[in-house]
Amino acid sequence: MSHYEAPIRNPLILGNKSYHDVSNDIARPIESKANKMWWIVFTISLIAFLWGIGAIAYTIGTGIGVWGLNNKINWAWDITNFVWWVGIGHAGTLISAVLLLFRQKWRMGINRSAEAMTIFAVFQAGLFPLIHMGRIWNGYWVMPIPNQLGTLWTNFNSPLLWDVFAISTYLSVSLVFWWTGLLPDFAMIRDRATKPFQKKIYSLLSFGWSGRAKDWQRFEEVSLVLAGLATPLVLSVHTIVSFDFATSVIPGWHSTVYPPYFVAGAVFSGFAMVLTLLIIMRKVSNLEAYITRDHIENMSKVILVTCWIVATAYLSEFFVGWYSGSSYEDFVYLSIGAASGPYWWAFWALLICNGMIPQLLWFKKIRRSFIWTFIIALFINIGMWFERFDIIVINLSRGHLPATWTRFEPTFVDIGIFIGTIGFFFVLFLLYARTFPVVAQAEIKSILKSSGDNHKRNTEKLSNLVKEKREASKD
Amino acid sequence: MSHKIIRAIYDDDDVLLKAVKEIRANGNNIEEIFTPFPVHGLDKAMGLKPTKLAILAFIYGLIGLAFAVWMMQYMMISDWPQNIGGKPSFSFVENMPAFVPVLFEMTVFFAAHLMVLTFYMRSKIWPFQVASNPDPRTTDDKFLMEVTLDGSAEDLTSFLKNTGATEITIVNNQ
Repeated sequence: MSHYEAPIRNPLILGNKSYHDVSNDIARPIESKANKMWWIVFTISLIAFLWGIGAIAYTIGTGIGVWGLNNKINWAWDITNFVWWVGIGHAGTLISAVLLLFRQKWRMGINRSAEAMTIFAVFQAGLFPLIHMGRIWNGYWVMPIPNQLGTLWTNFNSPLLWDVFAISTYLSVSLVFWWTGLLPDFAMIRDRATKPFQKKIYSLLSFGWSGRAKDWQRFEEVSLVLAGLATPLVLSVHTIVSFDFATSVIPGWHSTVYPPYFVAGAVFSGFAMVLTLLIIMRKVSNLEAYITRDHIENMSKVILVTCWIVATAYLSEFFVGWYSGSSYEDFVYLSIGAASGPYWWAFWALLICNGMIPQLLWFKKIRRSFIWTFIIALFINIGMWFERFDIIVINLSRGHLPATWTRFEPTFVDIGIFIGTIGFFFVLFLLYARTFPVVAQAEIKSILKSSGDNHKRNTEKLSNLVKEKREASKD
Repeated sequence: MSHKIIRAIYDDDDVLLKAVKEIRANGNNIEEIFTPFPVHGLDKAMGLKPTKLAILAFIYGLIGLAFAVWMMQYMMISDWPQNIGGKPSFSFVENMPAFVPVLFEMTVFFAAHLMVLTFYMRSKIWPFQVASNPDPRTTDDKFLMEVTLDGSAEDLTSFLKNTGATEITIVNNQ
């Protein structure tokens, strides 16, 4: 059988697991009751979410004047948060699509939660452009539909409209990719459910999945083609987000390095968020056998690579700005002017969190440590928020006319909406962690014989036996 | 047409795969196999035709691309051309570079969604569909094979047992 995997590769599933054990482990969080810790975190998230709803309602009722925006800094926390959340939403599809194309088996322990995180993060991102419209009830005007204004259509020359298409395609394709993968796992929960209500719900969610050989053949083909489609899609989304800035003529924004740099930054922050969530989840949901140290180390390596792509972009931005000798370039977000100006703290927060702290991951001990990687991931989350804040606020705070130089102060509404989206994100993720199969158990079962601890040990024993016999026959 | 089938349950995917080859070599007809996870090589062993979903996805993508071309040509060039930032609004080809992102997104949108819809329709999976796996354990750790019963039930039963089946039941198929 073709279950062989080189012994040098560490097992991806620890312990003596049988197929049935895998089902039990994945179904356990769903079938058991939530503990106290879950309720505490859920309540805090819910309060944050409700605070956010209040802030959003106040914004919509009064107008976006309640934010800290001013004449010059007309984009600030709203788009900072938008780009931050979209960036976080990049890891899920990257893990499920790109790693599938590269046949990386370690993706199977984490892809489900990473995709869930993607979808929940894109929800948060989508909120910001909508509420920034001010008149949210006119939000459907971004769609190219016949309207009461005669034949006035949307402007397909505008990067903001490209964003509408990119984000909605990304969200819907990710959702479908995620749900299709969930069908066999929902079916597993459905078939072992004992409570009638639970059975009904999971029957509905599983779309009547039965696991016929032909279904599986199509399932695998669809997964592969969706991965092929989602790979360029995920690259296009943040490319287009970067066009929002790069196609404008504001110093610091008008930069050709933006698309690749934004994509790498998105992967960087997305993986950091996956680490943040999964290091906790593996403990809370007892998934230590499926999300191992090797998974954490692999993700840390991706973080290190993307960290250097981003750092290279920072250095080239800094150098090109300085080398141009243009006085306007001395105030952009990566310049000596920014490092020593009123936003020095934001500048240094970016460099320290994104450039320096992740370098700790060069040490094997650190990138294999749960607590260290967790702390580093938190810093990256913060650093990537500051990257967007710097790009937007520092660049806008210094216009061509010194008379327009100004600063941005967030109001309690700005802060409230941001905290609210974090709350909303965790509310969704916590509900997901208790009701969805959080590991793609069907896929895990398909690699159990090649990457499971017990099976690997058996193959090794077998090959040692063969070796001994061979040597014995030589003598 | 009503006929009898034998349901054989296997415990292991490798045993199942070997059994499929033996049963087909023996001249028996395998009607269906339910498995908890994708068993690689099972479709080939059963003699299933390859799926055409990938080709369909390509065609759907082309439809999406064509739709996006038509949509933007109609909205931006022919219905109401506007001078936006001096971009050429009178010619699709000259305005095309600005349309590339939407052309790409629509291609992916159509290819992905229509392919998945086709998959759902062909495999008959959608909300409120009732599951049809005969044994609930086939989504957990058991592999169930349905073999047409023609001839002696005892012979086939013992043959299936020899291939590694752990449980065998005979049912009427409607």
